[in-house]
Amino acid sequence: MSDWMLIIYCGIITYLTRFSMIAILKKEMFNNRVRDVLSYVPSAIFPAIIFPAIFLDDLGQLQLEDNPKILAAGIAMIIGILSRSIIATIFSGLASYWFLIFVV
Amino acid sequence: MKSNSEIFFKGVIDVSPLMIPVIPFGLIFGILSIDIGFTPLATMGMSLIIFGGASQIVLLQLFSGGASSLVIISSVGAVNSRHLLYGAVVSEHLSDLKLVWKIIISYFLIDQAFARSNEYLKKSNEKNKYFHLIGGGATCWVIWQSTTLLGIILGAAIPEKLGLSFAVPLTFIAILVNDFRKVFNVIVIIVSGLVATLGFNYIPYKAYVIVAALTGLITAMILTRMIKKYE
Repeated sequence: MSDWMLIIYCGIITYLTRFSMIAILKKEMFNNRVRDVLSYVPSAIFPAIIFPAIFLDDLGQLQLEDNPKILAAGIAMIIGILSRSIIATIFSGLASYWFLIFVV
Repeated sequence: MKSNSEIFFKGVIDVSPLMIPVIPFGLIFGILSIDIGFTPLATMGMSLIIFGGASQIVLLQLFSGGASSLVIISSVGAVNSRHLLYGAVVSEHLSDLKLVWKIIISYFLIDQAFARSNEYLKKSNEKNKYFHLIGGGATCWVIWQSTTLLGIILGAAIPEKLGLSFAVPLTFIAILVNDFRKVFNVIVIIVSGLVATLGFNYIPYKAYVIVAALTGLITAMILTRMIKKYE
């Protein structure tokens, strides 16, 4: 599949997630149970990107020792929990990572 | 009765504070996309056609890892499935509108605009209150497109050894910041993360994202059912 077809298909599926409910729903169709479970979607999906990107090396092998990404991600998480700021989270993580790979 | 443009600009003003965190996302997306090897035009195309920050970064991550198109498309769909909830919530305020308005508004139904306009739609009785959602969405559109463009320009200048791909897990940690405080969310996060990490090499077609997300959601279903039982 060409890059452009991939982008267009991703665009179509994204648009459909936005349009479908607005187009077909007349009244509230989701009960509280479905709503409850859907609220966990971010917690269910983003760790699937976060964990491998931190704990695996470039070859996909588990790297638990001598891995600056683990410490940097831990610092970012703590700063994030304390500050609740998206920008502080990203920049504290990047700054600690750069400190660990360039200075230490 | 307020005019359409008054309500549109109310939406612009209400959503503006939420635009600050969007800026680093847009920059990171633009920089990484160029880094991975997408052309500037394709990078801009993603922001214009998909217009969904987190899902675009997931696309880059899976694409650079060599995932198949089907896996990438379904992962993007899974990341964006939260929009189903937004659509369901705002649909009651939009049910009387012409189809063409529903088509336009759907393009602008994004996290930040939904968060602010949902409050406004609930308390306003104006017939044209949906312009608030368009105002918020259009504001985010301008920020997202311009930061993508800036990222494309910066991407050509930033050296690869800075390790900016580490910004991907960081941006998603930032999205989950409020969920780290809730016990059920933390359990779901750990389950999904472990399945993805351990399954990374064993689940075919790089479908580890989908498998991990489904396992996480099933965990959430079990946990929320348990709490219902004991209430």
